[in-house]
Amino acid sequence: MHALVVSGLRKVYEGSGRRVEAVRDLTFTVEAGELVCLVGPSGCGKTTLLKCMGGLLTPTGGEVRLAGEKVSGPPPGMAFVFQEYGRSLFPWMRVGENVELPLKQKGLSKARRRELVSDALESVGLADAAGAYPWQLSGGMQQRVAIARALAYEPQVLLMDEPFAAVDAQTRADLEDLVRGLWRERGITILFVTHDIDEAVYLGQRVIVLSASPTVVQEQLKVDLPDERDQLHTRVAPRFAELRTHVYEQIQSAKRGTPSLTKTDTPPPH
Amino acid sequence: MKGLNLALGAAGLAVFLALGEVVPRLGLVEEAYFPPTSRIADALADELSDGTFWTALGDTLTGWGLGLLIASTAGIVAGVVISVVPYLRDATASTIEFLRPIPSVALIPLAVLLYGTELRSVLLLVVYASFWQVLIQVLYGVQDLDPVAEETARSYGLGTWARIRHVLWPTALPYVMTGVRLAAAVALILAVTAELVIGAPGLGQRIAVAQNSQAVPEMYALVVVTGLLGLLINVGARTVERRALAWHQSVRGEVAV
Repeated sequence: MHALVVSGLRKVYEGSGRRVEAVRDLTFTVEAGELVCLVGPSGCGKTTLLKCMGGLLTPTGGEVRLAGEKVSGPPPGMAFVFQEYGRSLFPWMRVGENVELPLKQKGLSKARRRELVSDALESVGLADAAGAYPWQLSGGMQQRVAIARALAYEPQVLLMDEPFAAVDAQTRADLEDLVRGLWRERGITILFVTHDIDEAVYLGQRVIVLSASPTVVQEQLKVDLPDERDQLHTRVAPRFAELRTHVYEQIQSAKRGTPSLTKTDTPPPH
Repeated sequence: MKGLNLALGAAGLAVFLALGEVVPRLGLVEEAYFPPTSRIADALADELSDGTFWTALGDTLTGWGLGLLIASTAGIVAGVVISVVPYLRDATASTIEFLRPIPSVALIPLAVLLYGTELRSVLLLVVYASFWQVLIQVLYGVQDLDPVAEETARSYGLGTWARIRHVLWPTALPYVMTGVRLAAAVALILAVTAELVIGAPGLGQRIAVAQNSQAVPEMYALVVVTGLLGLLINVGARTVERRALAWHQSVRGEVAV
């Protein structure tokens, strides 16, 4: 069964006499255990799409199904990592409390909560930070806390909305490897939204290229790089360059508004 | 730097007290109406050794504390409900803007009609004046809610009550603290005013009695006591604020990461 099915999704914002069609018609699926990256030109409705999937926005048409169940509100099997970690973590709670709060809402026992919190913090490399406040940590560490909060929630699908757009390049590389490591370790399904083409190709098993708004799927692309990836070698591999060039071209043509001819395919090696 | 500020403050106060001593003694002002500092201090010492003074102080503090408690609770609950229930804010805005500027002292005749010189008279005035201070701050505080924090809470399945408790309340807390601090000062003013004008038991009434019996130094001594009360209340409120908001940017300052 598909972990996530998005079919015919459409979102129109209406207000003060203006009608904005953000998402026109989106259809794609994500398999269980897959790591899929969504890229598109800026302002292409990526965040709208993600919020519809997370049950934070009601779509105008179409539907999202998580493990066969139609999403009508935030589903318990989904966790969100936001781009704005500084605002997404609560400054009045310590790191451990931030991670624990959603678990309390799930009604888990205290022992189980403690176990999940320390396990999640340890797997993002912040075992010692439970007693600190988020604002005492660096930006990269704060985003690790947000990732730990999502992991502790034990979601079937993890939605990440441009999570590394606001951190510096070195931290970003570390966090990318962290996400890939956690994905391989834990076998969770990850949908990763980014505007960074290199990041999408480096992280994903599959890249979905979105068109400019009103959004449709421009192209789906399988990333046939080996599973073992590292910042040093993968990024200089000839195949990596081919793939990123291909995605780049797709996004450029998406900006111009020309629909692509190749769909759901791996570009042939040059 | 802090020591210097403290020394300057103490020096300023000493000069002020010395002027209060010297000016009446030199006959620059009528000594009968402006007794020198030392005589006021004597009168204050007499007051402090008088049991009825402490009863009066207790009465004033009861009116102040009880009134502030009622006003804060009502202000917080009303503020949250008005903000959370859709359309309620727009529906109540004009009414609030109409009721809020009515000076509490304008309600003195009503208080006398309803409750005479009882404590309830004082409470009516204190609560009416302090309630708006808290309510307005709560309304502002709730508006400060960060949409990202709210969406985070929703995406992790927090229901309405959990979001109020874990997201909305801490967001509004700095504003609530400001509101309560302002309300505490206003409540003291209204408690003393009510006692002074209506004659409800307390420091205000004692001031009126001292005035009527020409006990001018005692009158000043009591005025000094009310001033000190106001000072203590403000310092206390600020301390509570700093403790409760240790996480807040205004208190924690910039953290070097």
